[in-house]
Amino acid sequence: MSSEFAIETQELRKQYGDNLAVRGLSLQVPQGEVFGFLGPNGAGKTTSIKMLLGLVFPSAGSARLLGEPLGNRSVRARIGFLPEHFRFHDWLSAGEFLTLHGELYGMPKEQLRARIRELLELVGLTPFEHKQLRTYSKGMLQRIGLAQALLNDPLLVFLDEPTSGLDPVGRRLVRDIIHSLRQKGTTVFLNSHLLSEVEITCDRVAFIKQGEVLRTSQLKSLVDGETSVTIRCSEPAPETLSGLEQLGKNVRADGDTITLTVSEEAVLPAITRYLVAQGLDVYAITPQRLSLEDLFMQVVGTDGGL
Amino acid sequence: MGTWIIARLTFREASRRKIALTGFLLGLAFVILFSIGFFYINQQVRQNVQNSPFQSPITMQEYYNTFTLAGLYVVNFLIIVMAALVTADTLAGEISSGTIQSLVTKPLRRSEIVFGKWLGYAILLALYVVLMAGGILLSTALQSGYSMPNVLSGLALMYLAALLVMTITIACSSRFSTLATGGMVIGLYGLAFVGSWVEQIGSLMNSTAAVQVGIVSSLIMPSEAIWRRAAFEMTAPLSRMISFGPFSSASVPSPAMMIYGGLYLLAALWIAVRQFDRRDL
Repeated sequence: MSSEFAIETQELRKQYGDNLAVRGLSLQVPQGEVFGFLGPNGAGKTTSIKMLLGLVFPSAGSARLLGEPLGNRSVRARIGFLPEHFRFHDWLSAGEFLTLHGELYGMPKEQLRARIRELLELVGLTPFEHKQLRTYSKGMLQRIGLAQALLNDPLLVFLDEPTSGLDPVGRRLVRDIIHSLRQKGTTVFLNSHLLSEVEITCDRVAFIKQGEVLRTSQLKSLVDGETSVTIRCSEPAPETLSGLEQLGKNVRADGDTITLTVSEEAVLPAITRYLVAQGLDVYAITPQRLSLEDLFMQVVGTDGGL
Repeated sequence: MGTWIIARLTFREASRRKIALTGFLLGLAFVILFSIGFFYINQQVRQNVQNSPFQSPITMQEYYNTFTLAGLYVVNFLIIVMAALVTADTLAGEISSGTIQSLVTKPLRRSEIVFGKWLGYAILLALYVVLMAGGILLSTALQSGYSMPNVLSGLALMYLAALLVMTITIACSSRFSTLATGGMVIGLYGLAFVGSWVEQIGSLMNSTAAVQVGIVSSLIMPSEAIWRRAAFEMTAPLSRMISFGPFSSASVPSPAMMIYGGLYLLAALWIAVRQFDRRDL
């Protein structure tokens, strides 16, 4: 592969008449990363994915997938895609559906047959191989769609809302599949509204609004970064509080509750030792980690989408 | 390769969604009805020939020819309606439902999707023509021993007219919704139909202007002109000279019009591919 990035876009733009769907999307997703694509409704997420997949033609800007410019057919052989709403030809049985898509990928018959067996097993649909998709529940459709997206053992997988129709067991399955894809070095581009899912599965996220990337964040930094801490203890003396200023910022006390901000969680044992040394009874020290939802609200704002 | 996979998918769709079965049953019902009608007419024709000194085997042939052409006229109408109905939804429906997305993101050209669908429906349509026209010709031949002149070229032209309507429908379907496509194709067909009658009546009345109106409408939509040429090819020699009716033609479209029809079809196919290739999905 000629590029270290699975996805690279520069000022990708899409305008429908007067309506600007994507203003200028600039992104870099390194190979092997599980990347979350977040934003309110109408932020241009689906249009962006459609441009990357060649379903929609950009009005301006450029992009490369697996090092090749958009529209390259050989690249599409190495890409998997689970479309939103998973609308498939529902008069096909699951086996026929996967065979069709495998043939479209140009997979040899024997290999395809083995792969279909393996994938049906993986998504738990082996007993339903011969049932037509029209008889499937929403969750089953999503599972078969996922199998379809993995047929060609892709290097890059686009999952558009992969867990929206799934019950907790199904979500767990998707999470496990993404985990195993990451271990294999597959790049996953995940568009999801379920922030808790994204938080568990992604390495990095981009927040987009009005068709622009507002910020990209490593999710690890959410865990490792600045943390607000709440301490419940016997009422502290004012000099105890000023001593705490050595260990953190924004120290405040309200009765038996102290709040402060620390630069990393590693400081917490030192705080505990300090308070105990000051003769206080410590009942609880709770780091209030910034959740992805908090970050989403901070970055995107509370006005949401349309 | 992609084209053939999509053609097979189209075939399978027609059979799973009972399109093929419905078409087959309707076609069969039509052939049976025609055969019953032909049975009674044949009886009457034979009686007439026996009772009248003016009726000859040649007049019998004319009766058979006219009645068989009447049957083929209905076949022509049915296959054209079938061609438009079945294909109006083929691209438009897949685009609006989103099923097209998982196809287009595979490593195949968009043109292969259009060609595949075209090929699948072209084969189905050929089977339909063979079933219905073949049924009628066979029924006539078995009951009376009569065989139409120039059957192959006549049927080939009927198939060309149906293919043309189908290709125009696919071209509209690559850009517009199913309903809009249906409306446009039926409108075009209606225009050709009316234009054809204006031309024929104009020809009988020696009105050059009316004939020209008909020719212009045939240039806009040649399907009816192609049918009239097909009917002319299959008309018995005597009727060719004297008759005027819905199944024969006072003003016969030229071979150049048939070539125009073929080129029109190729142009419609090219437009279908080009529009589908460039549109957002």
